[in-house]
Amino acid sequence: MLLGTIIYAVINSVILILMSIGFNLTFGISGISNFAYGALYILAAFVTWMLIQLVGLPYLASALISILFTAFIGALMYRFILMRVRGQVLSEVIATFGIGLAILEFFRYLGFVGVEYALPVFIDESFMIGDVYVDAQRILIVAAGIVLVILLWLFVHYTSTGLAFRGIAQDERTALTFGMDSDRIATLSVSLGAGLAAIAATVIIPLGTISVSQGYDVLINALAVSIIGGLGSTGGVIVASLVVGFAQRFTDTYIGSHWTMIVSLVAILLVLVIKPSGLYGKQKELEERI
Amino acid sequence: MNKRKERIDRGIKVRSEDIFALSSWREMLYLAAPRLIPVAAFIVLPLLLGPYWQRVLLSVAVFALLAISWDILAQTGMVSLGQALFFGMGAYCSAILNHYFGLSPFLTIPVAAVLGGVICTLLLMPVLRLRGVYFTMVTLIIPLMLERVIEATKIFGGTEGISGLAVLPSKWLELYILMAALTAALFGFRRMMTSDYGLVLTGIKDNDRSVMNAGINIYWFKIQALFIAGSVGAFAGAMMTHVYRFVGMPVFALDYSILPIAAVMVGGPGSFAGAVLGAFILVPLSEALRALGGLRIVFYGVFLVIFVVGLPEGIFHFISRKYSQFERWAEVDK
Repeated sequence: MLLGTIIYAVINSVILILMSIGFNLTFGISGISNFAYGALYILAAFVTWMLIQLVGLPYLASALISILFTAFIGALMYRFILMRVRGQVLSEVIATFGIGLAILEFFRYLGFVGVEYALPVFIDESFMIGDVYVDAQRILIVAAGIVLVILLWLFVHYTSTGLAFRGIAQDERTALTFGMDSDRIATLSVSLGAGLAAIAATVIIPLGTISVSQGYDVLINALAVSIIGGLGSTGGVIVASLVVGFAQRFTDTYIGSHWTMIVSLVAILLVLVIKPSGLYGKQKELEERI
Repeated sequence: MNKRKERIDRGIKVRSEDIFALSSWREMLYLAAPRLIPVAAFIVLPLLLGPYWQRVLLSVAVFALLAISWDILAQTGMVSLGQALFFGMGAYCSAILNHYFGLSPFLTIPVAAVLGGVICTLLLMPVLRLRGVYFTMVTLIIPLMLERVIEATKIFGGTEGISGLAVLPSKWLELYILMAALTAALFGFRRMMTSDYGLVLTGIKDNDRSVMNAGINIYWFKIQALFIAGSVGAFAGAMMTHVYRFVGMPVFALDYSILPIAAVMVGGPGSFAGAVLGAFILVPLSEALRALGGLRIVFYGVFLVIFVVGLPEGIFHFISRKYSQFERWAEVDK
């Protein structure tokens, strides 16, 4: 019982990491809070579904195409809409939220609701860890989460684009004097965030079905985890995901599944009361908060 | 060769700016018309419309109040994506008072307006130290989570909601209470924002640190603004509950958060008249587009994007500029 709860708590935490890392990355680099994040997640899932069911491509190819497509949509979103309101936080939030709303509700309008909208699992098997059944897809999620975090870390520390990302995040004006194109980096950051949302969708969604309301849930989870961890801090996201993931799973097992959402809400309010900048949000403390 | 657009105040505006406005009827009318037209419309519209469009007018007024409440917060520098929180709190407060304690709507609506405002203020108080987008994120989360809480814990009727609530004695009373509230909110808050008190609030938005430097406790003022906005929203929610005789989870739905913002964005942020104008355009429009079903919300999303990017000042500021100024092409001096 306890072992099972811990294993599923770890899986839940990794799911939270996958869901929120893209949102947090975009915010950390370019300061854009992408409220269309949940919609991009669902968009990627539906594109994969359409490629498999309507075009008939194999799963891996269609997942890859949909990830690239979503990243491209992210870039377009920045180039044609966000670039015009860059720096006005209110307008950025409302514009991205409007885009997200339009995408999600359009899918709802098209009638994409039901159990047949599901993605196949990669490997249909299950393992025993101790005396707990865990299916292969969940192990794949954990592996994907770990690999993704390591790759991202390598990317931002050892490639020139990644270093430019960090430069812009630390001090945009100084970075500009070194010849980094702030708009290009911001485009890439929104696009990368969208791509990460798509990756999360392709590995997480096979556990259940694709539903439009999930888009809002993903956004809420991403926001909750990012706020608790401290916006723009990848380490914070990982710690916060573990905290929230474990707290949710343990309340689910020992108190009742009704209370899982309340746990996140209480966690957010508690963290904000005690440490308003989030657990690890040091970098922009002076600028963004009072 | 090079020309630029030049904006000049109309003569009538300059003449009517001081006491000499009293010298001519035309100038007095110029000053009074923009104020009298909405008041006259609020009084006459309920009489002219049929029963169906009277219902629409009710929701126009409710959304206009929500939009005003959003604009109060926005002018204090707090951008909220969760007007549904205020609306839902007011709705649930009045429903509980009416259903469990048997109070009459004349008592529940004002009590719910105050109580809802207090509860919302207490809920958002921990977040007040956050600025900008952080505050926005939390306001988006709270109503959506409260919806889950009610669904999960099954309190106050759970997913079924509470139905069979008392109604106000007549529909005319409903309409005119809302119209009176809307007029009072529109002109009262406008006056408030131009007073010294409002100056502090807008100061918090423009530069909070210099307001702190002046020895003013900005958190206390933010709490007050939150309470005012919360009460306005809660009043709208309480009225709506007694009109529909029902309260349930939908009061926390995204519609009540999005439509007010869309109304302000279309009408023009920073002036409550813009918020009301936006509600008067969007709500009947969405009623007319009812046949499109879910596609309406897609339109709201697209509207938001178009107005934020293309016409950030909104319709009201555009009209008011045309009303007081004219444009002409002028040579650029070398």
